[in-house]
Amino acid sequence: MSAILAVRGLQKTFGSVVAARDINVAVPPLQTVGIIGANGAGKTTFVNMITGHLRPSKGTIVFCDRDITGRPSREITRLGIARSFQIPQIFQSLSVFENMCAATAIAHAAGGLPAQLLTPWRAPGSLRQAEAALELFRIARYRDTPAATLPQGVRKLLDIAMAVAGSPRLLLLDEPTSGITIEEKFELMDVVMSALKDRGITVLFVEHDMDIVARYADRVLAFYDGAVIADGSPAQALADPRIQELISGPQLKPATRSAGHA
Amino acid sequence: MAPRSIVIGMLAFLLAAAVAPALPTWLVSLATVAFANALVVLGLVILWRAGLVPFGQALYYAVGAYSVALITRYSGVRDVLAMLAAAAALSGLVGYLTGFLLARYREIFFSMLSLALSMILYGVLVKTETLGSTDGFHVDSPTYFGAAPQGGMRLLVLFWLVLACCSLSALLVSLYFRSVAGALAIPARDSEIRLEFLGVSVNRLIHLNLVIAATLAGIGGALAAIAVEHVDPDMSYWTTSGGFVFVTILAGAGSVAAAFVGSLLFELLKSIAYDVLPGTWQIFLGAVLLLTILFLPGGIGSLFMRRRRPEPAS
Repeated sequence: MSAILAVRGLQKTFGSVVAARDINVAVPPLQTVGIIGANGAGKTTFVNMITGHLRPSKGTIVFCDRDITGRPSREITRLGIARSFQIPQIFQSLSVFENMCAATAIAHAAGGLPAQLLTPWRAPGSLRQAEAALELFRIARYRDTPAATLPQGVRKLLDIAMAVAGSPRLLLLDEPTSGITIEEKFELMDVVMSALKDRGITVLFVEHDMDIVARYADRVLAFYDGAVIADGSPAQALADPRIQELISGPQLKPATRSAGHA
Repeated sequence: MAPRSIVIGMLAFLLAAAVAPALPTWLVSLATVAFANALVVLGLVILWRAGLVPFGQALYYAVGAYSVALITRYSGVRDVLAMLAAAAALSGLVGYLTGFLLARYREIFFSMLSLALSMILYGVLVKTETLGSTDGFHVDSPTYFGAAPQGGMRLLVLFWLVLACCSLSALLVSLYFRSVAGALAIPARDSEIRLEFLGVSVNRLIHLNLVIAATLAGIGGALAAIAVEHVDPDMSYWTTSGGFVFVTILAGAGSVAAAFVGSLLFELLKSIAYDVLPGTWQIFLGAVLLLTILFLPGGIGSLFMRRRRPEPAS
């Protein structure tokens, strides 16, 4: 079995609403997968089921040959699946550095509550790792800024940096570039992707911006009405007339994009 | 890395123990009760950091108090350490059991459920003849390593015992706050989702905090029962719980030391208020609380915790 993540017959219903219908996907290690779809198409539901935030109604999720269907999210996290959130989940009353320290300290105290009791909060190892993570994600200059006052782009980066602290094998990013300006989107994705590169992390990211998908994804999963309607290379998927009609709209001329972001 | 604040705190306890023989009896007696109650407040500080305010912490206070009272009434055990150990174990156990329910609730739902549980105990105590009913009952003096001090020494020895319990608890809680588990209380208050997705069970974390707070409250109640030589159901009543919340606001949740300073200040204020305004002392205390909230929202702790900056990585 070569896939790091294998999803079979996944289904989720909320009463009469079907949020996911018969999803079958196998993701090989180190692939970067872009997940596209209109609002309500089931992208976040898919992410939520893999990360244990939602329990699937039917189907199985296998991660590294282990069935993780319906396991609690903290258990799935410990197995090596991390995620970021569309609305960054950071600790508002702490500084950026303290946020990062929380994530690295938890990673250092692997083994649950007893280990967390015996591990010091300010262990030199986890402090160093926190400093390094802030450098890696280029947010070190916000080190002592209270998290509550951060600009949106920094919040997103901090959220992702914290998710990566536990050295996951699979990372799911839920709309990493939502809520930030077009100019900043590519910068943010460059920072994130270069930070993740060489770490052997398989990435699934939900994205509305087709330019971002085209540039960063190796493969595209297109969702519509809870189902995967296209699965292939970005070039293939984005050229699909059905995708253009239902999700991406008419494809932009390549010139427009390169003019904006070259 | 021996944190300075811990050393200063321990020296303060030693100083208090050293000067006690020179102090007037009323003050030692007041400080004994104040520091016994400070242990309950210390537990509330732990919960407060996680965003939880129990309106029924007197439940565990009364469990601790009644544990030592029942031991002196129905058994031959008089050793103070055995009595305290029993009170701590029993209140911790009650905290563990109620924790399965309480750890699932937050905010006002947590507060009210905690209040409801304490009022159940109050109802049981009031209605049960063998537990002394509304009058409660007398608590015999304990022995200290076989010795039974008399007269002025009795109070002094008890005060030293209270100080020993307080310094040990303060030390352990300070160390707890420096562990990953202890430090995660504030993140838990901010974003439970992020913590869960970092692999932490927030409910288990809160359950642990509940057990620690309950154990501290039980020891506090046991010491208070020994100090006043009497227990009654009012120890579990909601006004008792409210008093602990009052002191926690006065002290502020910023530091361990504030719980002790705040508790001492509260008892002093209360006794001054009794003297100055015998009929209407509550007005005085109410005014103090109002002024604290208006002008010192971080409590007394914020006075000596002004700078709160992360230490640089070495």
